[in-house]
Amino acid sequence: MTETPTTLPTQMQSGIRVDLQLVADQIKPNSRVLDVGCGDGMLLAYLRDYKHVDGRGLELSMARVSGAVREGLAVIQGDLDSDLKHYPEGAFDYAILSQTLQATRNPKGVLEDLLRLGTHAVVSFPNFGHWRVRLSLLLRGRMPSTPTLPESWYDTENIHLCTIKDFLTLVDDMGVTIEAGFALDGHGQKVNYAVTGWLANLFSEQALFVLRR
Amino acid sequence: MNDSGTSADDPLAPRLTLEGPLVLQSGVSLSPVTIAYQTYGTLNADKSNTILLCHALTGDQFAAGKHPVTDKDGWWHHLIGPNNVIDTDRYFVISTNVLGGCLGSTGPKETNPETGQPYGLDFPVITIRDMVQAQARLLDQLGIAKVFCVTGGSMGALQTLEWAHRFPDRITAAVPIAGSYRHSAQNIAFDEVGRQAIMADPDWAQGNYLEKGTVPKRGLSVARMAAHITYLSEPALQRKFGRRLQDRDSLTYGFDADFQVESYLRHQGSTFVDRFDANSYLYITRAMDYFDLAEENGGKLANAFKDTPVRFCLISFSSDWLFPTTESRAVVHALNANAAKVSFVEVESDKGHDAFLLDEPEFHETLRGFLDGAARSVGLQDVATEGAS
Repeated sequence: MTETPTTLPTQMQSGIRVDLQLVADQIKPNSRVLDVGCGDGMLLAYLRDYKHVDGRGLELSMARVSGAVREGLAVIQGDLDSDLKHYPEGAFDYAILSQTLQATRNPKGVLEDLLRLGTHAVVSFPNFGHWRVRLSLLLRGRMPSTPTLPESWYDTENIHLCTIKDFLTLVDDMGVTIEAGFALDGHGQKVNYAVTGWLANLFSEQALFVLRR
Repeated sequence: MNDSGTSADDPLAPRLTLEGPLVLQSGVSLSPVTIAYQTYGTLNADKSNTILLCHALTGDQFAAGKHPVTDKDGWWHHLIGPNNVIDTDRYFVISTNVLGGCLGSTGPKETNPETGQPYGLDFPVITIRDMVQAQARLLDQLGIAKVFCVTGGSMGALQTLEWAHRFPDRITAAVPIAGSYRHSAQNIAFDEVGRQAIMADPDWAQGNYLEKGTVPKRGLSVARMAAHITYLSEPALQRKFGRRLQDRDSLTYGFDADFQVESYLRHQGSTFVDRFDANSYLYITRAMDYFDLAEENGGKLANAFKDTPVRFCLISFSSDWLFPTTESRAVVHALNANAAKVSFVEVESDKGHDAFLLDEPEFHETLRGFLDGAARSVGLQDVATEGAS
């Protein structure tokens, strides 16, 4: 499930989506990057053009792959649940998984794969601990539907949603180092809560982490 | 033959004879070896803009322009030209007739210097690797050390992958289209049907039909008919012909070509024998059957592309059942295992294997975009504007 699953903010800033800009900011110039679920390659093109990154992409949607390849990007059609295993250990400096972890069949396995083939993993996901989500279930008694997670339960591709706290517990269990973490609003812009604190888990709509083996 | 490239009355010029023998994969030393080729566009000053086109089983070097035998357009005429997908303002395109072919390169219908007769079955069995070695030697003699891109469909894709395997430092990019790293059992089976059809024709005369003055027309055309079905798809056949009758209103209760699809196949078979040599068909299909890059590399395809610097773009077609997408995907996985720079697109098409020769805009735009990107990465510009910036 590599296709970017949710309708994400498309606010543009210097030609690139703001949530992607923050991801791009985590990448050191001249590094080797695998963007898993790269869509039409917007981030990869940016990294190539502005950071001289040697990039690869994996994307489920053939239409998006086609668009990315036409941009001259090294993008292949594939499914991250089955295709990540082919890449060798330490092949990349960064493995990026943007807003897709919650749509994978085996998020823990995917994280392990990302940290096997990349020295760093850059992972972002919607926070299911956001107050709107909590309130939606508590007061309406129905599966949450929020601006960040608008789909109904029966047609969402998000099968493994988690809160920031859940994610922190998982990476702790895995013995993974968190190099950086950001609490984000609905547009993918940084907000001023410590990502590991309870405020972030309640008030930020998304989170972004840079992990290291 | 060395300078027949300048001969004005040779419709297959230019041809170039390799210096020294070609040692084949079988161990046989073949000499002399002549390769006929066509070029489009202009070689740039630092000889860095060559695109090598590898043709399919029954293709030849006439990828663009008019074919001297059939008077038809070249097999990729719609892709090659100024500002076209394979932009001749920017690239220097070389298209060779493969070793073992029958349009000017050394093959079974050419004269065996030892006997003064056509080679026939005395021609040694050749492989995809031998074809590629011959192309590499041709480029050596043309002074082209590095090729910008090697590409081709079907058997052309096999050659392209062999190039990437054998000469990774000699090529910048490789675009294998509708191909595979090996011939599957099904592919070998269909080839065998074709070969048996040829060899069952009495006019084949144990391969000596040229001396006998016969042409194994029936065998070769049946081979072509069977193969042609594998190039199409069930939906394409249904769309094109359905069960429609050919020039008649009702069934004839006989074995005439009642159906349009029969008539079409017969036409394909009969026109093919006018332009293709039966023994070449045997040799080239054999070369394809022998191709297996995985087996050659200890059973592990990834070993064929160890730390490859080549930029790859694989393209397959959804309805191709001769070289299905799974074959291209296996190559992609082997390249991923080397963290190679690879693009891969499966083009949605109901036209079957032949889609790589047809008007498929998504395929063409993919190829154009990939070539543009690869050209940018090595600073390749249009030949006319070179040095201007």
